[in-house]
Amino acid sequence: MNPPEQSFRVVGTRPVRPDGADKVTGRALYGTDFALAGMLHGAVLRSPHAHARIRGIDASRALALPGVKAVVTGADFPEAASVAIAGESAANLRDIARNVMARDKALYEGHAVAAVAATSPAIARAALALIAVDYEVLPHATSIAAAIAPDAPLLHDDLFTPGLKPRPETPSNLALHVAIDTGDAAAALAGAAAVAGGHYTTQPVHQGYIEPHACVAQWNADGQAQIWASSQGAFMIRSLVAGALGLKQADIRVTPLEIGGGFGGKTTVYLEPVALQLARQAGRPVRLEMSRSEVFRATGPAPGAVIDIRLGADKDGMLVGAEMTFHYTAGAFPGAAAHPAALLALAGYKVPNRKITGWEVVCNLPSSAAYRAPGAPQVAFAVESCLDELALQLGIDPIELRLKNAVGPGDTGPMGLPHGQIGLIECLEAARAHPHYSAPLAPGETRGVAAGGWANYGGPSTAAVALAEDGSVLVTTGSPDIGGSRAAMAMMAAETLGVPYETVRVTIADTASIGFSFLTGGSRTTFATGHAVIAAANQVIATARARAAQIWGVAADTVAWRDGAAHGTAGDSAGKVLTLAEIAGKAANAGGPISAEVGVNPAGWLPGFGVHICDCALDAETGQVKVTRYTAIQDVGRAIHPAYVEGQLQGGAAQGIGWALNEAYVYGADGRMENPGFLDYRVPVASDLPMIDTVLVDKPNPDHPYGVKGVGETPIVPPLAAVANAVSRAAGRRQRHLPMSPEQVLLGGDA
Amino acid sequence: MPPSPYSAPDNLGEALGLAAAPGARVLAGGTDLLIQTRAGRLAPTAMVDLKRIDRAMGIRPAGQGFVIGAATPCTALRDDAALVAAWPGVVEAASLIGSVQVRNRASLGGNLCNASPAADSVPALIAAGATAVVAGPGGEREVPVEAIPAGPGRTTLAPGELVIELRLPPRPPGGGDAYLRLTPRTEMDIAVVGVGAALVLDGSGRCTAARIALGAVAPTALLVEAAGAALVGTKLEEGAIAAMLAAIDAAISPIDDQRASAAYRRRIAGVLATRAVARAAARARGEQA
Repeated sequence: MNPPEQSFRVVGTRPVRPDGADKVTGRALYGTDFALAGMLHGAVLRSPHAHARIRGIDASRALALPGVKAVVTGADFPEAASVAIAGESAANLRDIARNVMARDKALYEGHAVAAVAATSPAIARAALALIAVDYEVLPHATSIAAAIAPDAPLLHDDLFTPGLKPRPETPSNLALHVAIDTGDAAAALAGAAAVAGGHYTTQPVHQGYIEPHACVAQWNADGQAQIWASSQGAFMIRSLVAGALGLKQADIRVTPLEIGGGFGGKTTVYLEPVALQLARQAGRPVRLEMSRSEVFRATGPAPGAVIDIRLGADKDGMLVGAEMTFHYTAGAFPGAAAHPAALLALAGYKVPNRKITGWEVVCNLPSSAAYRAPGAPQVAFAVESCLDELALQLGIDPIELRLKNAVGPGDTGPMGLPHGQIGLIECLEAARAHPHYSAPLAPGETRGVAAGGWANYGGPSTAAVALAEDGSVLVTTGSPDIGGSRAAMAMMAAETLGVPYETVRVTIADTASIGFSFLTGGSRTTFATGHAVIAAANQVIATARARAAQIWGVAADTVAWRDGAAHGTAGDSAGKVLTLAEIAGKAANAGGPISAEVGVNPAGWLPGFGVHICDCALDAETGQVKVTRYTAIQDVGRAIHPAYVEGQLQGGAAQGIGWALNEAYVYGADGRMENPGFLDYRVPVASDLPMIDTVLVDKPNPDHPYGVKGVGETPIVPPLAAVANAVSRAAGRRQRHLPMSPEQVLLGGDA
Repeated sequence: MPPSPYSAPDNLGEALGLAAAPGARVLAGGTDLLIQTRAGRLAPTAMVDLKRIDRAMGIRPAGQGFVIGAATPCTALRDDAALVAAWPGVVEAASLIGSVQVRNRASLGGNLCNASPAADSVPALIAAGATAVVAGPGGEREVPVEAIPAGPGRTTLAPGELVIELRLPPRPPGGGDAYLRLTPRTEMDIAVVGVGAALVLDGSGRCTAARIALGAVAPTALLVEAAGAALVGTKLEEGAIAAMLAAIDAAISPIDDQRASAAYRRRIAGVLATRAVARAAARARGEQA
């Protein structure tokens, strides 16, 4: 059921973002911009080996270097408790603590083994060279095949595959097993009129944010700590640092700095516990920041994948059965989003018989981290490629084939519950009707299409709304602004209060200044923090109405609120008006300042689905692919600020195209990363991409006051297959291996 | 990056004196030297900037040919209409280096002396028959560009020597040149293979001279004289192109690395050489700018 038609003054307009001027003039403070008087400069010593036992560390020569104020190693950190941490990809506090500083073993090239704080960056780096680490180099495995081989080197001798029953008797590198088995997939595939399938592979890819990780930490004499950091969640940092170091959360105050891109990669900690431990030992604030090489070698890529799939349809194109087994690289520690991958793999389609088996595999790569729709793009690549093959086999238009099978409201969702007001069907219809889909192709060009979705999330958020004496409005949240959420919060507050957008200012507060909010991730912020802002604004309205009623001597429920003012309706008050500014001006002496802080954990978020259309030109002699036209279509519920929603679609598509064509971690036989920089880790540059056209499909979410659905993650799910389907048609050969680099397309085998 | 004493002398003599110090490096655009120093791969004891020396900057006519200061930014090449008309292949090679911002600094002298086998401008300069003016403690000498690189990151320059100018001959009547490279990305990338071609056609379309040079398929940018010879006396028919490709295949020694396999490089060397010759020929015939 759709909510009644709403009309809006602010929602759906495109005002200038509140943080825009500071960002384009270079005034905004990002991670590396923040400095404190007396601050020391830290540096991290990282393992040159992919897998090595640390027999001992001698830091005495480093400590003797003039200017060195502290050295820490794994021995300086408490053993953190084994506590599961909720997030975009499951993790364990103990693993996070061991990832920020190795204890007995280094598990990947780049794993932190020691850190130094010194009076200058040059001294800190010089000190690293004086730390002697006694390594026993161990055999390593950087690929899934190597990590699951019978004689594979074992990363963790206490890892007994969770999810397997009975519990295995021996430890292995299989870090998680998930299984979905509905109906009889084998029988359905045996009876299918058409079956598509194959062996698909994708490589680990980095989130590619421009801003490297950076923080400043200070340890106060009274045992309280402060951290300034760029991240997707100041409360996340507080919680993980407290857990890793055994501190009380209220003793750590984390101030969020501007974030120069995260895409899921800044939903965990790497530097903060180390910087704080250095600051504690040195007695002075310490800055740690990563180089680009450190970002690549030590922070989370999205998992690489190996996927074996068979998908069958009857002669009319109705899907009858699917079998899929996938392995994802978790990297050094468990956690690779295999669970959402298994749930989402076929979430867009009604497939009565399905058998999905997923495995996470630990191996000697950086511990994988969330990246936009974690887990979903890899499996969608395989599923949407198979759909393209089935369309070709059956002679059915690829969008028509998807429409025949697409889920809609009321159909059973992946968790077994009926879907709410999802919009996949509307997106497919919009794609079919889009001029791009029927535009003639130039000679040598081909067209691919693919769909994809993401579950989205709600989660806990707190927001405060306060009135200044002149009636201007202050909104405070704990949700770092990655994609324009300050603007969206200001717009929702302005809409609710009935005041101009320009009178609302938004602050992203530190962890001591606002109640808890879960991190900015899961496409949750505009939905969940928006809920909190709207609820707080409504409380402010209720208070303002009560104040007007008090002034007029009438009951509060006779005072109406519209257009940013209280309107009397009862007795003498009828026709009287008090604006928000007038009420705010009187508030201090008539009941006290007006503000409200509201914490929420809203239900009713809805999955987002999108459909992408990609035209490619293939140079058949070199294998080089040029994307010549691209359109991203997505059900966004309702866009609060359409320009920033379009930006999310364009950014996700650009990252997905990079994933499809050229991005990959390259490891040598020695287990070391060979391309830890943007020169040879090839994210697309502007000239690689056409204008990415967008279509926002509005199917409002009835469980959000303004119809919001999460939008940030879905756009990276369809591009892998959209590009691959176009290239497959051009090459005359199904493209099952990413990235589709020129060499892969020209010479790559189809194993 | 430990601080390197930086100097920017305004005359060559002083620069040569400073560059003679052990561990000193000559700085032109700095788009390789500064990056490598920051990354810790180089630790120069001194940096001697050439950009204040008149001879190192700008493009000057020399008869019908050109003298290009070794530190002249690549952007300036594209702004010189006479140079673009005479040696479009050299200019297109220089215009592929890095990005707009990089090319506002990067220079032909730096691209040559950085001695990357994948340098874009070097195969084009070799094909064009360019020479380098080498200045050193013992005076000046002029050598073919292909004589400068010695291996990845190494040159034949003696200690204290530097390249102060590049010289391009006049475009011969009926001449045309071209440079093509393959990179996975359109910009900000390193050639997987680069091919420079320069040739001369007579009035009947017969090739009277040809030089083919390749990048990223050997330890240095490589002049394949046999490839050019295979074209001379022909009208670039299929058989001539096949003979050129055979000569290239015999001469190159590509390696497997993170950017491409040797097999792919070998394949692409042939594809790009064929295309570069066609493009150079079209220019020689006046069919293409």
